[in-house]
Amino acid sequence: MSGDFWSMGGYAGYVWPCYAFAAAVLGWNLWSARRSLAAARVRAGRALAMASGEPR
Amino acid sequence: MWTWFYKLASPPYVYGVAAAFVPWLLGVAAVALGYGLVAGLAIAPPDYQQGDAFRMMYVHVPSALLSLTVYTVMAAASAVALIWRIKVGHAVAAASAPIGASFTLAALVTGSLWGRPMWGTYWAWDPRLTSELILLFLYVGVMSLRSAFEDPARGDRAAALLAIVGVVNVPIVHFSVVWWNSLHQGATVVKLGAPSMPGSMLWPLLAMWIGFMLVYGAVLCLRLQGELLNRERQAVWVREAIKS
Amino acid sequence: MQVGAWEAFLLIVNRELSLSFRRPEQLLQPLVFFLIVTTLFPLGLSLQLSLLRDISPGVLWTAALLSSLLSLDSLFKSDADDGTLEQLSLCGQGLTLIVVAKTGAHWLVTGAALVVVSPLVATALGIPVAAFATMMLSLALGTVTLSWLGAIGAGLTIGLRRGNVLLSLIVLPLATPLLIFGAAATERAISGTSAVGPLYFLAALCVFTCTLAPLAATAALRITLE
Repeated sequence: MSGDFWSMGGYAGYVWPCYAFAAAVLGWNLWSARRSLAAARVRAGRALAMASGEPR
Repeated sequence: MWTWFYKLASPPYVYGVAAAFVPWLLGVAAVALGYGLVAGLAIAPPDYQQGDAFRMMYVHVPSALLSLTVYTVMAAASAVALIWRIKVGHAVAAASAPIGASFTLAALVTGSLWGRPMWGTYWAWDPRLTSELILLFLYVGVMSLRSAFEDPARGDRAAALLAIVGVVNVPIVHFSVVWWNSLHQGATVVKLGAPSMPGSMLWPLLAMWIGFMLVYGAVLCLRLQGELLNRERQAVWVREAIKS
Repeated sequence: MQVGAWEAFLLIVNRELSLSFRRPEQLLQPLVFFLIVTTLFPLGLSLQLSLLRDISPGVLWTAALLSSLLSLDSLFKSDADDGTLEQLSLCGQGLTLIVVAKTGAHWLVTGAALVVVSPLVATALGIPVAAFATMMLSLALGTVTLSWLGAIGAGLTIGLRRGNVLLSLIVLPLATPLLIFGAAATERAISGTSAVGPLYFLAALCVFTCTLAPLAATAALRITLE
């Protein structure tokens, strides 16, 4: 990877932050989705435990 | 064919399908994005006018296209849910909203970073940028409206109606560069006739677009599972689903 | 006693207007707000009247938009609160007719009033008299559209906590084309060029909204009422 690639013809200050933001958005999407699924599973488990009449 | 369609209205079936699809969608997405990044960043030659700055297109255009596609999916799912009272539609709409909003934000930010070297400004109040910003506000409005109701079913229906009302903005964003004199460049890919871009530049773009689309699919499946669990907490199938 | 659709429509409009005029102070509030907001801009920017003319179309239209938002909350809220809305929806004339009557009456006391007051505000902003006709026409078309967008938003947010903020969040993004074309029309009238283009756009938006919004507003009310 030559210096030419990293400098992006002088536009590096725009190109790399651009790609970094896009990567961050994709990453946030995956992370946030996994988190909300895990939370939903926990809540569903709790609701089922309550419904099946576990003693308070 | 219609039996498959009916199955899509069943939450446990959709939950199972979504869970199975995630690894495949992510796998193919990784391949597409990998090719797109390598070809777009390293192999495609610099543009005659824009030099290496044009490479920002490879994240900006897919983000923008996805922001519109996701809204359309959200509006269509909302319409299905309202008209035929299919609750899975509400779950798809609710799952899609935050994803679409994030892609809209990505389109605005990457576009802004691309605009600075190309147009000399981070922002301009031109028709396409303005209507894309309005799209972001519409996403936020739909999400806020859904969460403002104590009764989740009513919130789903209200948000569904708002999503459908707002879909009128999607063609406005797309055709804004045709209808008005815009700073933003015109349509080069999603238009009638052949794309006006050389192959070496076009293939990485298509790969990135497909990659982004597959990521949306995977994230949608993940969020959809959570939404279905939340809506069907008391149902029998949930017990089996969360054990796995 | 069988009441025809037209008579029912007039009855409801009459009722809305009588109720509104029973509290004249309530009617004046959006207009006073309109005046106050408009004066904030020149005070804040301390511009001379001649320079103010440059920003006046945008200021006028932004103020009109915000004042209209203020009054939208009352469109359905009080009737929904005391059950009148449900009674009306059961009266056999169809919810859509009621929605059209209420929204129409609402425009008469808010939007139309804004149009009438606008020359006063325009003078304060340095807009020349020659531009008044275009300005008032653009405001008339814009406020009708806005009343309908507001009806959809109001229908969706009845009874929510902080429904007001949510209403603005919903209506303003949809109303930005109105602001853009309305200000453009006024701007062109001020500079003497033809404002026909933006006016046609405003008229088109008005017709589009008047045709489809009643359906959406009725659907919104059904969602929140049932």
